Amino acid sequence: MNKDLTQAALKFSPFHNRTSRACRTNSWYRWSGYTVVAEYSTTELEYTATRNGTSVMDLTPMYKYEIKGERAKEFINYFVTRDLSNMDNNTVAYVIWCNEEGKVVDDGTVFCLNQNEFKLCCAVKMQTWLKDSADGFDIEISDVTDDIAALSVQGPTSCSVLKNYGATDLELLKPFESKDFIIDGYNVLISRTGFTGDLGYELWTNPENAENMWDSLMESGKHLKIRPMGMHALEMVRIEAGFIQTSTDFVSTEHALRPVRMRSPYEIGMGWLVHLNKESYFIGKRALKEEKENGTTERILVGLDIEGDKPAHGAVIYNKKKEDVGIVTAALWSPTLKRNIAIASLMRPYGSKIKEDIFVEIYHPEELEYKKIWATCKIVKRQFYNPERRNLVPAELY
Amino acid sequence: MKKKIYDAIVVGAGHNGLTAASYMAKAGLDVLVLEKNDYIGGAAVSRELFPGWKYSNCSYVCSLLRPEIMRDLELYKYGLQIIPYEGSATMMKNGDYYAHYHDHDMTVKSISRHSKHDAEAYDRYSRDVMRQCKIIKPLLKMTPPDLTSFKPKDIFGALEFAKHFAAKDELGGLGEKEIYDTIRFYTMSISDYLDEYFETDITKAHLAGSAIIGTALGPCSPGSAYVLLHHYMGEVDGSIGSWGYARGGMGSITKAMSECLKSHGGTVQASSEVTNVIVKNGRAVGVATKNGDEFYAKKVVSNLDVKRTFLKITDESDLQPDFVERVKNFKIRGSSGKLNIALEGLPTFPSIPKDDPGGNGDLHFTETIEEMEGAYDDWKRGQWSKMPYVDMCLPSKSDPTMAAPGKHFMSVFIQYVPFELANGGWNEQRKQDFGNHIINRIAEYSPDFKDLIAHYEVRTPKDIHDEVGLTEGNIFQGELTMDQLMFNRPVTGYAQYRAPIKDLYMCSSSTHPGGGVMGAPGANAAREILSDMSIKQKGNHY
Repeated sequence: MNKDLTQAALKFSPFHNRTSRACRTNSWYRWSGYTVVAEYSTTELEYTATRNGTSVMDLTPMYKYEIKGERAKEFINYFVTRDLSNMDNNTVAYVIWCNEEGKVVDDGTVFCLNQNEFKLCCAVKMQTWLKDSADGFDIEISDVTDDIAALSVQGPTSCSVLKNYGATDLELLKPFESKDFIIDGYNVLISRTGFTGDLGYELWTNPENAENMWDSLMESGKHLKIRPMGMHALEMVRIEAGFIQTSTDFVSTEHALRPVRMRSPYEIGMGWLVHLNKESYFIGKRALKEEKENGTTERILVGLDIEGDKPAHGAVIYNKKKEDVGIVTAALWSPTLKRNIAIASLMRPYGSKIKEDIFVEIYHPEELEYKKIWATCKIVKRQFYNPERRNLVPAELY
Repeated sequence: MKKKIYDAIVVGAGHNGLTAASYMAKAGLDVLVLEKNDYIGGAAVSRELFPGWKYSNCSYVCSLLRPEIMRDLELYKYGLQIIPYEGSATMMKNGDYYAHYHDHDMTVKSISRHSKHDAEAYDRYSRDVMRQCKIIKPLLKMTPPDLTSFKPKDIFGALEFAKHFAAKDELGGLGEKEIYDTIRFYTMSISDYLDEYFETDITKAHLAGSAIIGTALGPCSPGSAYVLLHHYMGEVDGSIGSWGYARGGMGSITKAMSECLKSHGGTVQASSEVTNVIVKNGRAVGVATKNGDEFYAKKVVSNLDVKRTFLKITDESDLQPDFVERVKNFKIRGSSGKLNIALEGLPTFPSIPKDDPGGNGDLHFTETIEEMEGAYDDWKRGQWSKMPYVDMCLPSKSDPTMAAPGKHFMSVFIQYVPFELANGGWNEQRKQDFGNHIINRIAEYSPDFKDLIAHYEVRTPKDIHDEVGLTEGNIFQGELTMDQLMFNRPVTGYAQYRAPIKDLYMCSSSTHPGGGVMGAPGANAAREILSDMSIKQKGNHY
C-alpha cells in the first residue's frame, strides 16, 4: 500500500486504483473500515447494468474467515442453524447463526472448499464470536478479509463476460456452486452467488491479481454492457431481490445496545434456515425450539407493495385503528417492477395472521415541506423480483 | 351453430389496443384483439428484418409509457425492462459537439463549454418545463370532461381539469401568474420560447428537436412548444423527461402486454384485417374481416386512428354527416420517415470523444433553428428536407439483445418527409434516393459509417401508412395542436372514448392524451367501457 495512505482513516481495497479512476463523481462509502465507491456515474445506470448487462462491484470489505481442521465441518454445522452435514465440496450455502438465546448474530455464506476447509463471508466482524464458539473443537480460524480480493459480477450477460475472461464452461455451474480456475496464470475461485437476485457470480483471488482481474473483466465485457456499480445501486437491487442487510433490516447481537432489539431468525424471515431437526446440536437450538413450540415469536419481516410512487423510507406502519404496528426497514421505487416496494418489520399478528388494512404514513419531502401520504399496502413476498435466468442451467449466454 | 359473443373486440394490436384489452381482461371480460398484420405490436415492434439484428423499426424509444400501466399489467413479469438513456449529443460542423447527460450537473458543465449564460439558464428552463409537466401529468389519467354537458361527471371533471391549471399550490396547482405562463406555453412556438431563455444557436437547436419530432409544424410554428412538452412529460422512474430503450426493442412492450392479456384469458389473432364494423339497430355488434370471418361482441373498440375508424371501417350511413365532416377535418399529416440500419461494427463519430456518455443516446446534427425551419420549408413544398433534422440512436450500445456482441442496430428518425411528394407519388426509386440522401448526410459525420452497413430499411410516411396503418404515417395519429387536444381530441363532444354509435369505442392515440407509446388512451378507454358495463376495476393504479 502507498505509504502516504498510512494516515488515512479507511483502508483502500486492492481495486482502489481502478475503482477510483472509474469513479466520475468522487462519491465514496464506508464499508467495514474500507472506503468503496458509492456512485461511479449515475446510480440509475449502475442499477440498470445489473438488470440489463453486467455490473462489477468491489466486494473486498466483506469479512472473510478461513476455518480449517479435521473438525471444521462439524464446527460449522454447530455454528450455523442450517443443516450442513451433507455439504459437498465446491458448494456454497446461505446461512445465519445465532447466540444461545436464539437471536441472530449475522447472516452470510459458507464456502466448502473441502471437507476440512471452509470459508465464511459475512457483514459483521466475527473472529471473536467464531473463536468463542470453537472452544474444544481444535480448529484453526483466521481472518482473511484483507488477504482476498473479491468482485461481484452480476447481470444477464455476466456468464458471457466471464467466459470471455477465461472461465471455461461456466454456464454449467449451478447456483451455489463454486469452481477453481486458473486465468492468466493466477488462481480465481468463482462462485455462482450474489446479492442482486439476478444471474451472477462472485470472484475471489489473491490481492496481487486484483488490478489484472479488473482490467481483463472490463475488456471481456466491453461488448456486453459491463459497468462498475457502487453501493447505492447495490441497495436498490438487493431490496428488489428481498435480501436482508445486517444493521438495516435487523441488528446483530454483537451490535445491539438495547437487548430488546435483537431478533430471532423467525422474526426476520429466516425461519427457513433454522433446521430444528438437525441431528446434532447447534448454537441457539434450544431457545429456537422453544420459541417455535410456544409460538412466542413477536415480529415478522415482510414485503410491502405500497400504493403511489413515493418511497416509504423509515415510515411507521399502522393498523386501521391507527395503532403503530411496525416500521419500514428499507424502501424503494423499483425501476424494474414499477412498484413502490418496502421491507418492513411488523408486530405479529400483523403481517402474519392480519394482512388486510395495513397502512404506512409516508413523509414525502417537497421543497421544505413534508407531504404526508397515508398509503394502503399489501403484504407480499419479500422476494419481489426473481427472474427465470437467475437459476437457469446452463446459464443464459450472449 | 350460434356464434360466440365476446365481451369486447379490439381492432388493432398496437400498444393502446393491447393496453385496453389487458385492462378489460383483467377486469374479467372475454376479449379478442384482431390485428391486420401477421405480426402484433402496431408501431411498437421488434422485427428481425435481417438475420441477427432486431429492428425497432417504427417507434424506437420509450418514456411516455405510463409507469402505472406497467405496474397494473405487471409487464416486468413478461420481460419488460426499460434501459435509461445515458445522454444525447448534437454534432457540429466545426468538429465540436454539444451534449446532455443523465446527470444534471454533467449537462450543466457541458453546456457551459458553449455558453455560461445558457448553462445557468438551463436550470430555470428545466424548472419551468417541469412545472408544466407537473400540471399535465394528472390530466393524462383523466377522461376529458365534456364542457357542454351538465352531467355531474362532466361538471366535476371540468372543475378537476381547471383545478390543475388554476388552483393554488395547496390544491396541487399553480398560482395566477403561472396560468398565463401555461397558456403562453401551449400556444407559442418553440423558437420564441427558447429565445426567452437561451442565447446560443446550438443550445436552442438541441432542445428544439423535441418540439418537431413527429409533427407537421416547424420550430417557428405556434403550438410547437406544446409538442416539446408532450415529449417531456414522460419519465423513467421519476426522472421526468428522461428517455430509455425497451430491452429487446419496442416490441418487448407489446409482447409483454399481449402476454399479460393472454394470462387473463384474452386472445390476440394476427392476419385478421377488420374491414367493417357491423352495426345493427344503431349498435355496434361485431366486426367483419377481410378473410370473410365475422366476430361478435358486446363492445367494439377501435385502436385505429379516427380517420380509419370512421371513414374506412364504419359505414358512413351509420354516422351523422357533421360528425363525418369533422373527422375529415381532423389533421393527420405525415411528416416523418425512418431508416433502420444493421451495422457490422460501431461507427465512429469523431466529433464526440470516445466513451463520452453523450454518444450513447440520441444523436443529431442540426445546429440552428433556421436550419430546422428550412427543413420544414422543404416539406411544405412537398420535398424531403435537404438538411433534415435527424434523431439517431444506437440502442445496441446499451441493449445487449438487439444484435450480436460488437454488432449494432441504428435507428434514424427523419424530420421532415412528406406523405405525398410534389413531383408525383413515392416509388421505389424515390424511396432509395431518399434513403441514400440520409445515409450521405450521416456519413458526413462518420467516415466509417457507410462501410459498416450490412442491411438497411427505408420507411417513408407512405410505407408507415400502408403497412402499420397510421394515416399519412403520422406517428401521433393526429397533430398535437391545441385544437386537437383534450376535450377536442379527436372530435369535440366525442372526447370520452365513445363513438357516436352505441357500443363502439375509440382507444387509439387519436384520443386524449394523444400519441407516443404511452398506453394512456388505451387505459382511459378501458375505464370508460368498464364503467358503462358497471364493472368495477380493483387494485389498479391507473
